Amino acid sequence: MKRYSAFAIAREALRHHTGWERAWRSPEPKKHYDVIIIGAGGHGLATAYHLGKDHGIRNVAILEKGWLGGGNTGRNTTIIRSNYLQDPSAAIYEKSRSLYETLSQDLNYNIMFSPRGVIMLAQTEHEVRGYKRTAQANALQGVKTEFISPQRVKELVPIISLDGPRYPVLGGLWQSRGGTARHDAVAWGYARACSDMGMDIIQKCEVTGITTEGGRVKGVETSRGAITCGKLGIVVAGHSGHLADMAGFRLPIESVALQALVSEPIKPCMDVVVMANTVHGYMSQSDKGEMVIGGGADGYNNYTQRGSFHHIEETVRALIETFPMISRLKMLRQWGGIVDMTGDRSPILSKTPVEGIFMNCGWGTGGFKAIPGSGFAMAELMARGGSSIADPFSMTRFREGRFIDESVAAGVAH
Amino acid sequence: MSTRLATGGRLIDRGARVEFTFNGKRLSGYAGDTLASAMLGAGQTLMGRSFKYHRPRGVVASGAEEPNALMGIGTDGHFEPNQRATTQELFPGLTARSQNHWPSLEFDVGGINKHLSRFLPAGFYYKMFIHPRPFWKHVYEPFIRQSAGLGAAPRDRDADTYEHYYAHVDVLIAGGGIAGLAAALAAGRAGAKVLLVEQAGHWGGRAPVDGAVIDGKPAEAWIKDAVQTLEDMDNVDLRLRCMAAGVYDHGYALCYERLTDHLADKAGPRHRLWRVRAGRIVTATGAIERPLSFAGNDIPGVMLASAVRDYVVNWAVSPGDRTVVVTNNDDAYRTAIALKKAGLEVPAVIDARAAPEGPLVEEVKSLGVKVLSGKAIAKVKGRKFVTGVAIAAQAGEGAVLEEIACDAVAVSGGWSPVVHLWSHCGGKLTWDEAQAAFRPNPDKGPTGADGAVFVIPAGAANGEMATSSVLSDAHAAGAKAAGADAGDAPTAEVTAEGPIAPVWMMPQGAKPELRAKAWLDYQNDVKVSDVQLAAREGFESVEHAKRYTTLGMATDQGKLSNINGLATLAHALGEDIPQVGTTTFRPPYTPISMGSIAGEARGALFQPLRRSPLHGWHEANGADFEPVGHWRRPYTFKRGDESREQSVAREINNTRQGLGLLDASTLGKIIVKGPDAGRFMDMLYTNMMSTLAPGKCRYGLMCSENGFLMDDGVVARLDEDTFLCHTTSGGADRVHAHMEEWLQTEWWDWKVYTANLTEQYAQIAVVGPKARKVLEKLGGMDLSAETLPFMGWATGTLAGIPARVFRISFSGELSFEVAVAAGQGLALWEALMEAGQEFGVMPYGTEALHVMRAEKGFIMIGDETEGTVIPQDLGLSWAISKKKDDYIGKRGQEREFLASPDRWKLVGLQTLDGSVLPEGAYAVAEGTNANGQRNTQGRVTSTYHSPTLDRGIAMGLVKDGPDRMGEVLTFPRVDGTGVEARIVSPVFFDPEGEKQNV
Repeated sequence: MKRYSAFAIAREALRHHTGWERAWRSPEPKKHYDVIIIGAGGHGLATAYHLGKDHGIRNVAILEKGWLGGGNTGRNTTIIRSNYLQDPSAAIYEKSRSLYETLSQDLNYNIMFSPRGVIMLAQTEHEVRGYKRTAQANALQGVKTEFISPQRVKELVPIISLDGPRYPVLGGLWQSRGGTARHDAVAWGYARACSDMGMDIIQKCEVTGITTEGGRVKGVETSRGAITCGKLGIVVAGHSGHLADMAGFRLPIESVALQALVSEPIKPCMDVVVMANTVHGYMSQSDKGEMVIGGGADGYNNYTQRGSFHHIEETVRALIETFPMISRLKMLRQWGGIVDMTGDRSPILSKTPVEGIFMNCGWGTGGFKAIPGSGFAMAELMARGGSSIADPFSMTRFREGRFIDESVAAGVAH
Repeated sequence: MSTRLATGGRLIDRGARVEFTFNGKRLSGYAGDTLASAMLGAGQTLMGRSFKYHRPRGVVASGAEEPNALMGIGTDGHFEPNQRATTQELFPGLTARSQNHWPSLEFDVGGINKHLSRFLPAGFYYKMFIHPRPFWKHVYEPFIRQSAGLGAAPRDRDADTYEHYYAHVDVLIAGGGIAGLAAALAAGRAGAKVLLVEQAGHWGGRAPVDGAVIDGKPAEAWIKDAVQTLEDMDNVDLRLRCMAAGVYDHGYALCYERLTDHLADKAGPRHRLWRVRAGRIVTATGAIERPLSFAGNDIPGVMLASAVRDYVVNWAVSPGDRTVVVTNNDDAYRTAIALKKAGLEVPAVIDARAAPEGPLVEEVKSLGVKVLSGKAIAKVKGRKFVTGVAIAAQAGEGAVLEEIACDAVAVSGGWSPVVHLWSHCGGKLTWDEAQAAFRPNPDKGPTGADGAVFVIPAGAANGEMATSSVLSDAHAAGAKAAGADAGDAPTAEVTAEGPIAPVWMMPQGAKPELRAKAWLDYQNDVKVSDVQLAAREGFESVEHAKRYTTLGMATDQGKLSNINGLATLAHALGEDIPQVGTTTFRPPYTPISMGSIAGEARGALFQPLRRSPLHGWHEANGADFEPVGHWRRPYTFKRGDESREQSVAREINNTRQGLGLLDASTLGKIIVKGPDAGRFMDMLYTNMMSTLAPGKCRYGLMCSENGFLMDDGVVARLDEDTFLCHTTSGGADRVHAHMEEWLQTEWWDWKVYTANLTEQYAQIAVVGPKARKVLEKLGGMDLSAETLPFMGWATGTLAGIPARVFRISFSGELSFEVAVAAGQGLALWEALMEAGQEFGVMPYGTEALHVMRAEKGFIMIGDETEGTVIPQDLGLSWAISKKKDDYIGKRGQEREFLASPDRWKLVGLQTLDGSVLPEGAYAVAEGTNANGQRNTQGRVTSTYHSPTLDRGIAMGLVKDGPDRMGEVLTFPRVDGTGVEARIVSPVFFDPEGEKQNV
């Protein structure tokens, strides 16, 4: 792999950029791999990356129905934070956040991790208490957060209105090393690194069946033929239920559309990420200048990657109360992604009833931030059969009642 | 040099001069101008700077597809960035500023980027700025952010208002060109209820500019008649300046009407968002011309051929004195004709086709214009304006054959149907080889609830480009949408046109240095070379290429660039265009204001406040409010210069020693009624409710299906069939929805009816040792302990007001909650305040309520519970009936982890030093877990200063807590220091209940 650098750009500029090589190879599938990962989104690619990097497992294929990074990895609002309440959540999200810190260097691909800071606004007394508790928990979990005053919120976010007629800002939970990253680049950077390790990323390859023998995985049927494998990781977000069905088991998952929108780009006016859970809205400004806005999920299940307009309305009106100036911006584009929701709104990283098949799903509305940590833990789980970070997220927890419920700290938005 | 022609201009009123300013410079145009036409008329061709390279940019289009001429319009609370000069109608006093440059439009320091463009190819930022690590956040990113962005951020609060309209129609027609008018005539005559919307300020679209003749009349006259006919129909509603913005599932559509953007007088709502539910949606949205990709095609003065024609015919503006036309189709010849007819020079028509022929070509030749066939523009000359073009063979690599001096270039690469609305809800496209364009695939349209396709494309939007076929297609579409037979469509004269020759690069074999100057996306600075680079690097999916290069992601959403970019990608990959496919079209068609999305729901109308019947009294008497759900409740009633804490302490002491009043009206009050009410209540609550006797109250717990405690409150049985369920203030709506969900989805055959009567009653808690005395003084009811014992209720009158009195207590004091009709709440409250004078009555707020309940060890939903706590954790097993087979949550609670004896359980916590434990603090245990997190063994759920005990008290959940009375735990503060607290009983005050049972 040719390394990327300012020097490489200068060198290529002299020959009109005709010398750049492919970021990832586009190979034909082999007959057999040690590990097959279904789903070349962020989580799938990160899992493959860590299998290779941490565990030396490189005979790996990543199968993708469409184009890599084309699901929720390329549709989310790119917020990265780890200010979660429950220990298992804080562990995986903080692992993830810390991996993000050096990901550009690790991948030699600028994924533009921008630790600009994330504020979760407290707009009721109840939220104040909830976030104070989260700050207490975070201190013991090794996650750096603090509860800040309304005045400090205003200093960090000059365009905010503290005294909304409905929900005054009573403070906020501030994570100074939270932030954003460029979502596509995360997928592309991992893909390039996986390809460089000799792994095969096979796009436009839809898995149509999963074959098992004696309760153990044998391989997959795909639109490009049958492929056998030693182990199989299913990492397909909104389509997890379908794939589990192919493998012969059911998941405690529902799929709903979550919507987001961006404004037209304007000059920099907001340097941090703000989340307002009481009114179900969150906003940051991309490096291009667009205000990136996320809102609530639809209240009904579906697989269309759009959504109903009333959520956009609710989110925009709430954010206008919080940031009055955005009333004079225009909505450029709205879109939806399908998120798979579990009963406790926490993910599943788990062995399954079929030996050799592992499941990574249920990230709900907040998967992007978890990509590196999820890949790290999933790889450990697949390679070693257990992982201190992944184990609490086993799917057996629903049967045991061992929920990891973040409703206090997270509200609706992630 | 652009200029205003001496005559002509079908849309302008030369009698009405309109003054406006651009970058502080005073200019003038005419009524009927757009900002773009007025600026061109005033000789202002430079209108902005591009996003990435800060290249000088002029207007290229004449409508909503414009990528370049974006302005900041207005000032202060009326300022809006990124407005298209081509759709902004001129009004007196309009203030416009160009964007994305410093210090000025003419001299922009950021323009240095264009000299560095070779070093800034697509995706350059992914490959550099990687080291050193802290530099991204502190150096690179701030620099990129500053140079990116377009318009300035608005600073002031929006000075305008917005509104929403709702419409239910049989047929929504998007677009008021001749197609939309023909469709509306057909649908309207069939009797359908029709809404016809047009984004521009005039009807008829391009037909008059193109000189169409319809039903034997000039287009202008036909349009006038058609509009008149439609206006005379009661079943047809017509709206100008109203854009169909988005199509959603089941015939839902958004229309965006701009009411005052074109007026100097900004009175009234600025925008109106129509939420339309339509049986059928006809998309008569026309087509958009594509540019051609040649070097220098972004220099100000290079414009779409159709736009050049529009400016000449509509506004009598010539983009230049000498305009070269470059094309791959016949339509652009109309521009040459229009220019010649306006007396302007056309040095040449450069046609990429080897042998163009037909009536339009002949007419141009007969006007004395040189037609250069098989030729291409190798390069446009000039920097801030066009000075000439270099000509080469289309088939070659760009070797210059000749140069022609000119100051404008009119370019046409063919037309693309506007398929956005068709595609928003899943309509698929098909590649039309003959026209080199995507058009709607009639077999794969978006379907509605009835399974039928509900979007019907019409005219040019359906790929029908000739005027005659536009009319017949649109007429048929209108009739189909109305469910009627088509009948006779309007007819038009036909001018034969030769076939288009798809040209995606000009010249075909252009060398890298030319491709690196050939723009695809003007606003985002994406060039042919960028898309080719993307393909080379493996970004083969159209979505990858789009995201890698940012093609089509600018504020115009690629209206001009998408097809050209796609074709470039397909060519680079050696694939056919349809195989590569398009990116997804997302609403809105063009950007709509956030203000219009919010509508009226702003300020005080954003989620209107719920007010208790006593709200006004509270406001007048010093209430310090806190938000609780949608309510505002008094946190405390401050007196003089008391602090919040002092005020709360005063209220508590007064209530415990004398008499306090609490406005409990916000408590949820839900009636459950019917023959099966008892059975339903037994499922809803963990307690046995069906055995509750009428006249009695019972404290009940409600759990989620998973077993977690979700709400609590006192249930009163009103009669055999009727229960009144009190819920928490914040939980009333949720609990009511919970009840309805179970009734409607699981127990739909049970005879139970529920009603949320929360707002029908005012409820006042009369609390303290003097409570009975004050009520007796009001007179009307016997409230003695014998007649109305604890946990009983009775009806009667108090102070002449019909009342229901519950003897219940959330404070540990003697307490009555009195419910009266909401309208009589204030009268009762004032009577109590007056009668209570002699007992030292004071109102108290929610904080005193919270502290008093904590002193008594009563749990609070949302403090002791937060979705992970079961009643058994809270020592509330006594409230779980052992006799019932089932209740909601029972099965959940039997699961291993919930039934485990190791769960954290409710205890009281008392600091050794008397201080108040920090909110949310955790009790630490030895060591760390496998992930390096500190082990914990409990946490604080509520913590207060108790004025009654004059010390800190807290409740918490602790592992094996009830078995560890007297043990001392350590609770670290966030600053690292620790507080020590002893495990005690959670009941801090009056454990025997002597005060409430009197």
